[in-house]
Amino acid sequence: MSQRDSTLNTLLTATILCVVCSLVVSVAAVGLKGKQEENKMLDRQKNILDAAGLSIGEFGKPASELSKAQIEELYSWVSEELVDLQTGQIIKDMDPADYDPREAADKVDASIEIGEVPYDPGVGRREKVAKVYFVTKPGTDGFQQVVLPVYGKGLWSTLYGYLALKGDLETIQGLTFYEHAETPGLGGEVDNPAWKAQWEDQKLYDENGEPAAVVYKGSAPPGNPYAVDGLSGATITSRGVTNLLRYWASEDGYGPFLSQLKNGTSKTSGS
Amino acid sequence: MAERTAKSVIVDPLVDNNPIALQILGICSALAVTTKMETSIVMAVAVIAVTAFSNLAVSAIRSYIPSSIRIIVQMTVIASLVIVVDQFLKAYFFDISKQLSVFVGLIITNCIVMGRAEGFAMKNGPWLSFWDGIGNGLGYGLVLLFVAFFRELFGSGTLMGYVILPLDRNGGWYNPNNLMLLPPSAFFLIGFLIWLIRAYKPEQIEES
Repeated sequence: MSQRDSTLNTLLTATILCVVCSLVVSVAAVGLKGKQEENKMLDRQKNILDAAGLSIGEFGKPASELSKAQIEELYSWVSEELVDLQTGQIIKDMDPADYDPREAADKVDASIEIGEVPYDPGVGRREKVAKVYFVTKPGTDGFQQVVLPVYGKGLWSTLYGYLALKGDLETIQGLTFYEHAETPGLGGEVDNPAWKAQWEDQKLYDENGEPAAVVYKGSAPPGNPYAVDGLSGATITSRGVTNLLRYWASEDGYGPFLSQLKNGTSKTSGS
Repeated sequence: MAERTAKSVIVDPLVDNNPIALQILGICSALAVTTKMETSIVMAVAVIAVTAFSNLAVSAIRSYIPSSIRIIVQMTVIASLVIVVDQFLKAYFFDISKQLSVFVGLIITNCIVMGRAEGFAMKNGPWLSFWDGIGNGLGYGLVLLFVAFFRELFGSGTLMGYVILPLDRNGGWYNPNNLMLLPPSAFFLIGFLIWLIRAYKPEQIEES
């Protein structure tokens, strides 16, 4: 008894325990890392495919129900590019695969303060360089869609998602959020397929080129090309979605990139 | 301590000595993860695994643990197991682990795990402790499923993701009860469950 409680034995037990436990934890973490990274990548690809409506269009079901091979096949239509948000230029001397925009948004030298803007996404900082995705169907010239990562504050959480624009760069193809912690059943209804379907063919900009897409409070008036129905019981989440869409569509977000793309000065093909 | 068999340590915590209903332990996670049956099942399995193996490990080394650091030793064992479970879920059940987010990590703070390690595994053999962990994990899981059943059915109109009551916003007739989707509803449901159990087993009622 006394030997068990001696200082030496206490130190010894603690040391052995720590070594054994850290071994177990590191083996698990290192051993499963490959699988986890693969999951993360597949998850991101699924969300891009869903935002672009490719999965429903080609296989008639959401990307979450596709097999890995099907996802990889569809994702081969997608090419990743890096964009300097300030100038709107595509950056050629960096490999998109090595760049993580969400990591960059947390780094002081790779991000800027958002400050006073007409539409406040509520996140404080954003990355200087964004990763965008061009969708080009095989055998076609030029891209059919551009998928832009967007994010902004809802009620409880930051909503991260993808906004897919059609080839005219003004019409929305789809909007999906892949990460948020809004109240299930209220703000969490941003994941409801019926609600998301309303975004298709809505206009992102009005005639003057101002961001105009809006989540209406209540039912959207019929015939309004900019508005979708509000999420009932989730006023703040709805407002957050409007703000983040308009922020990323504005001159502070992807505005410069989209106008360059439209004028053909940036890049006209995603292949 | 009276003779305890593997069967009794598994069956006891289900109703007679349920960790949530009688011991009122582990309430926090019971509020957080019970909006859906699917996440509740995964959470319950994760807690069963952690409780069983931490009991096993703590019991196996119980005669070597110096009493001055015994709580820290238990904590270290539990924390390591929770990390392993979390990593495993991220690798093989990615979608569910995304929904459970931080709550898997918070199993570390679940009083049931620590309570069983200190209260049972330190005094009993590894085999019996293992089954005690399974039993208490199951008791926790049962309550989770009970709560999740009502929350998912009346909050989302589904069970295990299958539509039972078609929602009005999707063209059905059922107007869901949004309270069921918020954590306080789990308090009410657990309250009702405790009431039910104690009406059926009056010996659980504490002296006032």
